[in-house]
Amino acid sequence: MMHSWLFQHRVAVSSAVRRLWGAPLNTLLSLLVIGIALTLPAAGYLLIENLRVFSARASGTQQISIFLEREAGRKGVAEIESRLQSANPGRWRFVPREEALKRLQESTGMAEVVASLPRNPLPDAFVVEPAEGSPEVLEALRQSFTAWPQVAHVQLDSAWVRRFDALLRLGKLAVTLLALVFGAGLVAITFNTIRLQVVSHAAEIEVARLIGATNAFVRRPFYYFGALQGALGGVLAALLVGLGFKLLDAPIAELAALYGGKFALAGPGALDVLLLAVIGAGLGWLGAQLSVSLSLRQLNG
Amino acid sequence: MISASHLTKRYPGGYEAVKEVSFDIEAGDMVFITGHSGAGKTTLVKLIAAIERPTSGSLIVNGQNLAALRRSAIPYLRRHFGLVFQDQKLLFDRSVLANVLLHLQIVGQPPKEAVRRARAALDKVGLLERERANPIALSGGEQQRLAIARAVVNRPTVLLADEPTGNLDTESASAILDIFASFHQVGVTVLISTHDPHWIRNYQPKVLQLDHGRLV
Ligand SMILES: Nc1ncnc2c1ncn2[C@@H]1O[C@H](COP(=O)(O)OP(=O)(O)OP(=O)(O)O)[C@@H](O)[C@H]1O
Ligand SMILES: [Mg+2]
Repeated sequence: MMHSWLFQHRVAVSSAVRRLWGAPLNTLLSLLVIGIALTLPAAGYLLIENLRVFSARASGTQQISIFLEREAGRKGVAEIESRLQSANPGRWRFVPREEALKRLQESTGMAEVVASLPRNPLPDAFVVEPAEGSPEVLEALRQSFTAWPQVAHVQLDSAWVRRFDALLRLGKLAVTLLALVFGAGLVAITFNTIRLQVVSHAAEIEVARLIGATNAFVRRPFYYFGALQGALGGVLAALLVGLGFKLLDAPIAELAALYGGKFALAGPGALDVLLLAVIGAGLGWLGAQLSVSLSLRQLNG
Repeated sequence: MISASHLTKRYPGGYEAVKEVSFDIEAGDMVFITGHSGAGKTTLVKLIAAIERPTSGSLIVNGQNLAALRRSAIPYLRRHFGLVFQDQKLLFDRSVLANVLLHLQIVGQPPKEAVRRARAALDKVGLLERERANPIALSGGEQQRLAIARAVVNRPTVLLADEPTGNLDTESASAILDIFASFHQVGVTVLISTHDPHWIRNYQPKVLQLDHGRLV
């Protein structure tokens, strides 16, 4: 019994493969349409993943700079130091104005400018690396630092982090919507190919039923057909995304270098390919399921 | 084995193709269903094969009343039958062998065993050397023999043939009926519909004669 079930599935799979292989042009066109439909959301998803990793790395070295009044003096510095000690917001260090000037001097092109200054224009400063880097925590710290005595200015780069975060969230939503739309498209494409398949196999279906085929036997090859087509479409999408990322990798790295950063696009990995294939197969199966039910009902008259 | 009582089939549109028919067929019988064109032979065959549903009366096949049979039970009922249709219903998108194989795939036969049995069935009807051919390349008589090979490959308990000699010359027709007779001899119940009663004396079958849907 178990064996006959297995053989029936084997027959269904080989029959699905034969149907795919038997009309290569149709198959190729369907695969292209499905592949392209999956490419867009897949690329979007991977891009966001890349950016998320990038932003996590960037916000990991989040800093808050506390610049003191020019006339704060040693007493002011000591005051801030003791307040930082009790507030304990994370790692922090003191940057005396002499050191700041020296660093400025060392950075390219600034040496002459600094040398021409009559006196050191820079204030003493503290650089804080907060233990927690979320935008909300950073903003709260900025506000409390600002209220401290002798503080001239608190600088915090969390604005771009927050903007970036919001942008990522928006991107994620867009990709989700895109995935829904194109996923529905994939189901629709499969629905149509399977409908045509059922019509062109009407004679076989009729004969099979007359000689004792169950509904499941008749339907199975179409399910496998839809799932197989979807899975192949998913693999094709992964290839297209990989190719696209490869082409974009060099220009993006160049762009990042211009901003003094490092950013390498990570293309789809083996797991992503598998995931795309499984999603494609699932959607293809769903399309086939819907289509076969309807088409067979029409065939029965 | 097959027993009908006041069996009636009215087609949508109101035409009664089979009217108040009652009969009993025992296991191992050989039965000819005869009658003029339009008498209801095909309709009766379709009723027995559960292709059409009785409008009223009862039809018991293998202990199951077809008037009340669940749809999902029909495939399993049909596997007891070997059906040969008036219009053969061969598949022209595959080889002679594959046409016969389909029947065994449906019941989940292991592939090797299926091929062996399909070949044996083709051999029985004298078509083994044509196994790779497309059925379109067979003569009318050969196509009919292929239809029979497909019908018998799953070792049915009932062979049900609608006008299997319909458009064949006397010699081919006789060859076909001899094949059926040989299955009857090994205990298979055989039902054959024909509008040509002159075959009857060769085989001494039971006869169900229909006239405008009624048994006479
Ligand atoms: N699907 C149908 N719908 C309506 N009427 C039908 C249908 N099938 C058959 N009939 C009618 O029922 C009657 C019996 O038809 P059936 O096919 O059973 O006759 P038959 O004895 O097989 O004839 P033949 O020898 O020509 O094959 C005919 O008058 C036919 O027109
Ligand atoms: Mg007929």
